[in-house]
Amino acid sequence: MTWLSITIAGILTYMTRMTMIALVRRDLLGEKIKAVLAYVPSAVFPAIIFPAIFINDYGVYIDMNDPKIFGAIVAILVGYFSKNVIATIFSGLLSYWFFIFIF
Amino acid sequence: MLSKKQLFTRGMIDVAPHMLSVIPFGIICGAIGVELGFNPYLVYGMSIIIFGGASQIVYLQLLSGGASTLVAVTSVGVINSRHLLYGAVLSEYLDKLSFLKKLLISYFIVDQGFAESNKFFKKNKTEQHLHYHLIGTGGTLWVCWQVATISGIILGSFVPEELGLKFAIPLTFIAIVVQDLKKLDHVIVMLVCGISSLLFFDAPFKSYILISPVIALFVAALLLRFKK
Repeated sequence: MTWLSITIAGILTYMTRMTMIALVRRDLLGEKIKAVLAYVPSAVFPAIIFPAIFINDYGVYIDMNDPKIFGAIVAILVGYFSKNVIATIFSGLLSYWFFIFIF
Repeated sequence: MLSKKQLFTRGMIDVAPHMLSVIPFGIICGAIGVELGFNPYLVYGMSIIIFGGASQIVYLQLLSGGASTLVAVTSVGVINSRHLLYGAVLSEYLDKLSFLKKLLISYFIVDQGFAESNKFFKKNKTEQHLHYHLIGTGGTLWVCWQVATISGIILGSFVPEELGLKFAIPLTFIAIVVQDLKKLDHVIVMLVCGISSLLFFDAPFKSYILISPVIALFVAALLLRFKK
């Protein structure tokens, strides 16, 4: 069942890659749609980020002093200034672990 | 005029700096899949069948959180809809290729490869075999992604659960969008999406993952209208 759904997700993903190149004329996407598509990352990924930080495994909001909030703030600051993906992820993880294991 | 081989090599070189982020990302993707309790073959199979890092992580995370398959599959489609934009931009340079070649080359279109090849295409419009550059960037990324996810799957089985590696998921996505915090319109769209996801978190089948982007894209369309 999961294999089937992954295959469908794969076909769907392939369609997003192939449609504009092989199937339809490129001017089919108007400038307006293209402009909106440029917002897709900003419009999608916070829906992963926010719940993963603010809601715990039991579906309850976390406290303001939760280590995850601390880790996320560090990651945002490091990411913003360093522009480095690895530094962003590891600074967040390290500060999270620091909070959990040392405090 | 550059030869096919030169263009291919050039693509490999141009995309090389991105390996610094693609390889760790792939390792995290594999490790998290195992950590979330999925069959390692399944986690790896996604790297070939879907071949889209962010969407692979989201898919596994949603399923492990109890989302319906339909929601998980649809969210993969929504996340990867950005490829439509890449395709629209690249099609100008790939027009002359046969239909079959277009079908094959499409599989290799990913974020970093698109970014580098598009940069190269803009500067070298007159080259005849431009698509070899795209095969160079995409092919390199493909190989690295496969190796990285396999390494992650192997490593993931050794990582103790107390480390809370799941927290790497939001961090990975923060790393993807953090540079857009420089633009106010993107910040607004991100906040709308994030707050909606918290408000609709209890919606059935984890559908918050689809509801929030729809609301956020609607706001993005409104912002575009105001910008003019």
